[in-house]
Amino acid sequence: MTVDHRQHHLDSVRATLSVLVYPLQWLVDLPGTTGAWFRESLATRRDLQEQNASLRTQQLVLNTQLQKLEALEAENMRLRALLDSSFQVGKRPMLIAELLSVDMDPYRHQIEINKGSLDHLYEGQPLLDSQGIMGQLIHVGPFTATAMLITDPSHAIPVQINRTGLRTIALGTGSIDRLDLPHIPTNADVRVGDLLVTSGLGGRFPPGYPVAEVISVEQDPGNTFSTVEARPRANLDRSREVLLVWPPRLVSPVGTATPDTVPGATTEDPAAP
Amino acid sequence: MTLTRHHGGIIILLSFAAAMILTIAPLPDSLRTLRPDWVALTLIFWCLALPYRISVGSGFVAGLLLDVLSGTLLGEHALSLSLIAYLCARLHQRIRVYPMWQQALTVMIFLILHQLLTLWIDSVIGRPMPSLGYWLPSLIGAAIWPFIYHLLTLLRVNFSVQ
Repeated sequence: MTVDHRQHHLDSVRATLSVLVYPLQWLVDLPGTTGAWFRESLATRRDLQEQNASLRTQQLVLNTQLQKLEALEAENMRLRALLDSSFQVGKRPMLIAELLSVDMDPYRHQIEINKGSLDHLYEGQPLLDSQGIMGQLIHVGPFTATAMLITDPSHAIPVQINRTGLRTIALGTGSIDRLDLPHIPTNADVRVGDLLVTSGLGGRFPPGYPVAEVISVEQDPGNTFSTVEARPRANLDRSREVLLVWPPRLVSPVGTATPDTVPGATTEDPAAP
Repeated sequence: MTLTRHHGGIIILLSFAAAMILTIAPLPDSLRTLRPDWVALTLIFWCLALPYRISVGSGFVAGLLLDVLSGTLLGEHALSLSLIAYLCARLHQRIRVYPMWQQALTVMIFLILHQLLTLWIDSVIGRPMPSLGYWLPSLIGAAIWPFIYHLLTLLRVNFSVQ
């Protein structure tokens, strides 16, 4: 146990054992998957048409926003190049995985996903949903991987307040809708509603992704630090599909991003069709 | 120890598999913390019934699989289940002749011991102390012990597992 906790010699053992228990997990996941399959194949034509229309509208809106974003990104890169900044961007390959509907230890915030080292997942890989960061992978087996959510009491994530740029660390609390920010000085500028984004320090999480929103700030002049709480943006207990992100290959300082390819992963492509 | 040939290993395996499926079957959030430890209960039964077949080794293997399934430290459940298996195998002659309520109490003590050991390991690696509800699965496990005992005895007699 000490070996497992302190070092990582036993990862291969765990990976092997995870193959052994995969049939069980698959079996438990089966009712949910078949239910979803039936719902999909029994959907009426009208439902599908409605869904199609709404998705088309949504895509139009998103594409419009993306155009603006692209222009901004180009401008940002140009300005940074003028300043001789060494800021680097790259396209990040992404892969969509699905949650297995199995329960883990109720006192740990962990989830099991249906992709593993066969899909080139690696330990420590960040996990996102459409709203924000969800967590990171802690064990990777050939077919499945275990992820720790950002609300697990032993998880910490480096964040930055989007409005002011103040860097700090958000700790998990053990309740699914709350993060703690214990290291913010009393005189720091934090307000309710501030968005916390990943700062990218530590190199594990990609910078600039939303993590949480500040929901309460208590500034007691007698204390050195204020008590700040935040609510995670990602739907930690409701998402079924999750996104896995690979770090970009480093590109030349001029900023010409080279599209990198991870087999089996679709490259995120900001260019409009 | 015994000259009869072993029978029905597949039934034992299937009962453990069923226990593990019950352990990871999704439940509503409010019920998740109340889930009894099915694997430990199954292990206790087989240790009482066939202590010469199912003992510390089986407990260790079942515990390792449980560790992988529930994402705990590798060896955490293995250690505590081995301990239960040892105690059961050691005391099986005494526990077998107890009346049912007394057997359930003994099982509760085993389950609490199992949880205590897990809790101890968890706190050593710095996880926070859970609330008092943490102990409820042991009480529930003791409450359903008579049913599990009769169900598995039925299986054992029908398939003549020995």
